[in-house]
Amino acid sequence: MADAHAKHHDYHLVDPSPWPLVGAISAFLGAVGAIMWMHSLSIGGMRCGPYIAGVGAIGIIYTMISWWSDVIHEAQDLHLHTRVVQLHHRYGMMMFIASEVMFFVAWFWAFFDSSLFTGDQIDYARAAFTGGVWPPKGVEPFDPWHLPLLNTLILLTSGTTVTWAHHALLHDDRQGLKMGLWLTILLGATFTCVQAYEYSHAEFGFKGNIYGATFFMATGFHGFHVIIGTIFLIVCLLRAYRGDFTPKQHLGFEFAAWYWHFVDVVWLFLFAAIYVWGTGGGAAVHGG
Amino acid sequence: MAYGAAFNPHAEHPASDSHAAHPTGLRRWLFSTNHKDIGTLYLALAIVGMLIGGTFSILMRINLQSPGHHLFSDGQAYNVIVTGHGLIMIFFVIMPALIGGFGNWFVPLMIGAPDMAFPRMNNLSFWFTAGGMCLLLLSTQMEGAPGANGVGAGWTLYAPFSTLGHPGPAVDFGILALHTAGAGSILGAINFITTILNMRAPGMTLHRMPLFVWSELVTAFLLLLSLPVLAGAITMLLTDRNFGTTFYDPAGGGDPILYQHLFWFFGHPEVYIMILPAFGIVSQVISTFSRKPIFGYLGMAYAMVSIAVIGFVVWAHHMFTAGLSLDTQRYFTAATMVIAVPTGVKIFSWIATMWGGSIRLHAPMLWAIGFLFLFTVGGVTGVVLANAGVDHVLHNTYYVVAHFHYVLSLGAVFGILCGWYYWFPKMTGYVIPDWMGKTHFWFAFIGSNVTFFPMHFLGLAGMPRHYFDYPDAYAHWHFVASIGSYIFAAGMIFFFFANLYAYFIRKQPAGNNPWGAGATTLEWTLSSPPPFHQYEVLPRITGGDH
Repeated sequence: MADAHAKHHDYHLVDPSPWPLVGAISAFLGAVGAIMWMHSLSIGGMRCGPYIAGVGAIGIIYTMISWWSDVIHEAQDLHLHTRVVQLHHRYGMMMFIASEVMFFVAWFWAFFDSSLFTGDQIDYARAAFTGGVWPPKGVEPFDPWHLPLLNTLILLTSGTTVTWAHHALLHDDRQGLKMGLWLTILLGATFTCVQAYEYSHAEFGFKGNIYGATFFMATGFHGFHVIIGTIFLIVCLLRAYRGDFTPKQHLGFEFAAWYWHFVDVVWLFLFAAIYVWGTGGGAAVHGG
Repeated sequence: MAYGAAFNPHAEHPASDSHAAHPTGLRRWLFSTNHKDIGTLYLALAIVGMLIGGTFSILMRINLQSPGHHLFSDGQAYNVIVTGHGLIMIFFVIMPALIGGFGNWFVPLMIGAPDMAFPRMNNLSFWFTAGGMCLLLLSTQMEGAPGANGVGAGWTLYAPFSTLGHPGPAVDFGILALHTAGAGSILGAINFITTILNMRAPGMTLHRMPLFVWSELVTAFLLLLSLPVLAGAITMLLTDRNFGTTFYDPAGGGDPILYQHLFWFFGHPEVYIMILPAFGIVSQVISTFSRKPIFGYLGMAYAMVSIAVIGFVVWAHHMFTAGLSLDTQRYFTAATMVIAVPTGVKIFSWIATMWGGSIRLHAPMLWAIGFLFLFTVGGVTGVVLANAGVDHVLHNTYYVVAHFHYVLSLGAVFGILCGWYYWFPKMTGYVIPDWMGKTHFWFAFIGSNVTFFPMHFLGLAGMPRHYFDYPDAYAHWHFVASIGSYIFAAGMIFFFFANLYAYFIRKQPAGNNPWGAGATTLEWTLSSPPPFHQYEVLPRITGGDH
């Protein structure tokens, strides 16, 4: 660590680290590989897009594991996370979630743009496609009171189990912590499976129509965030088994819980807007 | 603001400079976790960007010097240069210089913090920006429109030109360049907000912070809340291009205007992202060289806050001709004009700061006064363009080009150069001879005015943007504008030599504070350049009001 005996403040002056550079190079390779893949480009006759993208993806994952391992090491073994440093992390996580909220604003904007303005006179090409109604003519949406309602209940329940885990941790009940985390992870995985099952029975595609585009983009990015949140919770569970976290200091767990609640709240908006309101409360389901 | 009396920079522990925490060589620059080193990297990136983007602008002016095309074989090639110029100047010159460069260097110094809150993430922000720049430069070597290389869709990347019009991979490189640089900026914004809210030295209350720090705080919030929307917008562009979605394609029920809304919901805050830090620099400089505290400090700070808040609800004034309803146009006209109020507060407060001050016209002060004049011209033409009725005539003409270059090329860039001459002694430890900064200023001031003022006339006469050739009627003012750009370029060449001369040859030591009693902010209490880790004993701010 950086000169503990010279500084007279509680801030954490981090040692030089290779991970930012490695991570950025990996992101660059991932981007180049993905574009080559999408356009079937080749170098010297070899279509190496998927391989370059793969190297990039592995590099990013390797960076995340190494970087966050360093952070855990600095926090637990070197005790560098003083009160003010912990406060930094809280601010940082809150603002990260705020930026994620604005990311979802883009999908909701696209959804409401297309569902509220289906057939203005000026948009004649759109009106011809949608028939001036939402869901567009010929689209058979999901019944909101079927699997989507189930998934809502699953996610809401998982919000309570993660709170159970948190309170167990606060009372130093390690068994309760693990139990709550296990349940939350299982509920999260169940949500993902149900969502995948629902996707496989969709009567509309991602391509060629605005209903599928907005539906799959919004719910798909949400599903992706559920998977990230589940991985975050799995890491917390592994750390719980390793003996990490104390009732006084467990930022990693707290942030996983915050993230999980964020994913939960986004789903409530998706459910209310896209599944319920967007189908007239289910009235549009059977060719209505 | 009178700080310093309670703070003795020599109290730092002597061990700090010989310790292992002072990395050298590649490890220092590639793996950096030091805000000053990362700030230097950002400034270096901005200089590289300025060379490329500036060269692009000179190419445009050579081509437009007289009717008939001289450099470019077709309009697409010209538009690729226009697009590259815009994207590079915004994302890889102005933002890295003002936020990554000066922000990184001086926010911790000014609030009395040893470093940024997340030093490692700070470095990730920089390398993401560098990676984004590489992706953007690669895009110029890829096929975009059929049979032509590069992105020619303008920095806004409007669909359908960026989708159906550019089937090649160039636009995808551009999109992912913005994703990468945008991720870097979001992380940077988180870092700045946390640093400013959490790491102010004892006694440095929010209402005692220097205005430059205020400007970076407000800018960071703009970045945090607007960039993710751009990320969403261009992600949908990516899927429209590669996966057959129809977000922006009416044939599948989509809407190209949706892209414009999403883009400008980011794009309008973005113009304040580029100008607010320049406001901050100019506030410091005018106060320093008038030897007076800034006039109406709180009004200045909250004027920036209100510019930022209102800046989020005026975006569709970029879209008056896109078919918005009359009511929508009325609202966006009115809301846009409201921004002139806090901006006026700032302009008049800068003037009032100089009023009765003991003004010294050193180079940074010349740049600040030049900024005031030029930004006001750009602001006034902005009020003209805010009128939907007028904008229907002037939209996409050179009048708009003149307007936004007065606020950006002459506003933000003058702000950057103002900051450069102000802080060069602090960052390097050496003085740039004052006459060199002043000579550069006059080259830039005359050159940029000769370049951009005639563009108002061209626009009012109907000259459209993004055209590489024009009727003879526009020849006169295009010729004048080209001459102006060469004057500006000559000034930039002089600038590079001035820096090399000052840093490598003349090496006149700057001392802690070369600007005298007017320079009251904390960075002037430190040595020049400051120690690798400053404030190992936190300064205590006792001094009071403004």
